[in-house]
Amino acid sequence: MANTSTIARGGGASPAPARGHRDDTPPRKRGGLPAWVIPYVLLVPGLLVIGGLLLYPLFQMAVMSFQKVGLREVRGAPAESVGFENYTKLFETELFWTSLRNTVVFAAVTVALTLILGTLVGLLLNKLSKAMSTFLVVGIMAAWATPQIASAIIWRWLFDAESGVINWALNALPDWLSTLLFGRADWSGEPWLNDPVSIYVILILMVVWASFPFIAVSVLAGLRSIAQELYEAARVDGASAWRIFWRITFPLLKPVFAVLTVLSIIWDFKVFTQLFVLAGGTSNREAFNLSLFSYTQAFSAPVKMGMGAAIAVVLTVILLVITFFYVRQIVKTEDVR
Amino acid sequence: MTVLRAPARPRTRRQLSNRKRLGRIGLNTAAVAVFVFAVFPVYWMVSTAFKSNQQIFTTQFIPFPTDPTLEHVERVFTEGVAGHSVWRYLLNSAIVALGTVVVGAVFALLSATAVARFRFRGRTSFLILLLIVQMVPGEALLIPLFMMIRRAGLYDQLLGLIVVNVALTLPFAIWMLRTFVAAVPKELEEAAWIDGASRFTTFWRVLFPLVAPGLVATSIFSFITAWNEFVFALTLMSDQSGFTMPVALRYFVSQRSVDWGAIMAASTLMTIPVVVFFLLVQRRMVSGLVAGAVKG
Repeated sequence: MANTSTIARGGGASPAPARGHRDDTPPRKRGGLPAWVIPYVLLVPGLLVIGGLLLYPLFQMAVMSFQKVGLREVRGAPAESVGFENYTKLFETELFWTSLRNTVVFAAVTVALTLILGTLVGLLLNKLSKAMSTFLVVGIMAAWATPQIASAIIWRWLFDAESGVINWALNALPDWLSTLLFGRADWSGEPWLNDPVSIYVILILMVVWASFPFIAVSVLAGLRSIAQELYEAARVDGASAWRIFWRITFPLLKPVFAVLTVLSIIWDFKVFTQLFVLAGGTSNREAFNLSLFSYTQAFSAPVKMGMGAAIAVVLTVILLVITFFYVRQIVKTEDVR
Repeated sequence: MTVLRAPARPRTRRQLSNRKRLGRIGLNTAAVAVFVFAVFPVYWMVSTAFKSNQQIFTTQFIPFPTDPTLEHVERVFTEGVAGHSVWRYLLNSAIVALGTVVVGAVFALLSATAVARFRFRGRTSFLILLLIVQMVPGEALLIPLFMMIRRAGLYDQLLGLIVVNVALTLPFAIWMLRTFVAAVPKELEEAAWIDGASRFTTFWRVLFPLVAPGLVATSIFSFITAWNEFVFALTLMSDQSGFTMPVALRYFVSQRSVDWGAIMAASTLMTIPVVVFFLLVQRRMVSGLVAGAVKG
């Protein structure tokens, strides 16, 4: 249905005959080209980049995952095919399963928290007075705009064992409360960044902090598009706020939530920069997720690019399945055809 | 009943307005709490950058630099981080980001015009392809792109990073720009055609000026992405003089004794341009990312 061979709705072809009456010479610069070729000519640079630098490497990655690629091969020696060896080895490695578990659990928790917090803040923004709402939007923009690397460094500093403000704050809690909540009162010198569990707690906090603003602002944009009459009618009928949310807001914003959920899953599945900085590079194997595991296999000695590629393939396959839902949703709502 | 009713009415009204006032206070309190959560880490970065070392390395809570100092800012410019003055890294980052913007903008505009202005065989497939490649994790492409860049002789060169960043930003840039092109009324171009202007003149004199604001928004998005990019800059640059800001910062933070004052000053320097640009295009980014799902 989309592949109609007629070129333009009025744009490209129809002015031509109109011009023909006054002037028989075709337009100067691109005049020699038949109209149907023009869009393809315009697409050439874009297609070259996408094909050459995104699709071809994707294919290469798949090929490499079936090869042994060590330092010699990186330097130019032809790579030897090993069949499924990388994959069978990978699935036997304990570290693969901990990385996969870390990736999935982290994404699940973070996506849920980001969506809940983001939606609540979006609803809040909608209820606030204009001045208050602007104030809050500017505030959350600060978190959103901070570069990933900077936010990773900031959070490392907040959780610093010696001079971190978090340890100070936990010590400032009354001892009974701290003991009740965490089972301890003294937090001086607590080394948060050695243990994979606390690394992930900080990572979750940090990623939620950095990504809830986007959800909030998107939900707000969605809320503004809902007709106010619906809410007035519901309020006249005496519906509770809870009921109004689940009966009006949520169904109407479902497409928004669908896209936001999928985008968040995709982003949280491939977190690299923040984890790399928090975990202090590639030494803490317990804290690996799939991205960091793949990076370590490929770029730390001994170089095993084939194995790294196999891990990347697993990650990509998972993400492409999720992307499928995203694309379907966008095609439904956006005018792609 | 009737006796009771008369005084009851004003009381309920007052109660209602009280409840409303309470609700308002509750909402505003929540807003302030969220505000503090969002802003505090950034505030802590900036305030650490201006604290003396004595105020930084303490177990006390020092809410703001009582004795603000520029020593850290000065130090990152003179002694630098990771072996070079921070100017060097800012310059490298700027070259990569601007190179990405210039090449990306030209390519994106051409493709966006094709998609928004023409109906052709393969158009839908191309749009869907854009959506899919946007989602392919850069981290997954790291290994093959590393090999390709090496083979092309672009390893340890800023040009290699530009090439990679153009690829990473182009799909979204086309996606974003195409709505701007579509928003320019076709009649304007048709009028120019009728007046005898060539396709190229029409494009340059009519379409281009009208799409310029969209081009700016898209370019800022590409700039921010390239400016922040970390993984490729980490793997494609081994020589310290070629580090971009993110890599230099991370290198600095992994040193044994961390100079938090200097690193917070450098992080602040890196964050400022992003925040400024961000304020300019934040709306566009929301609508671009959520695409048509949000109409408002």
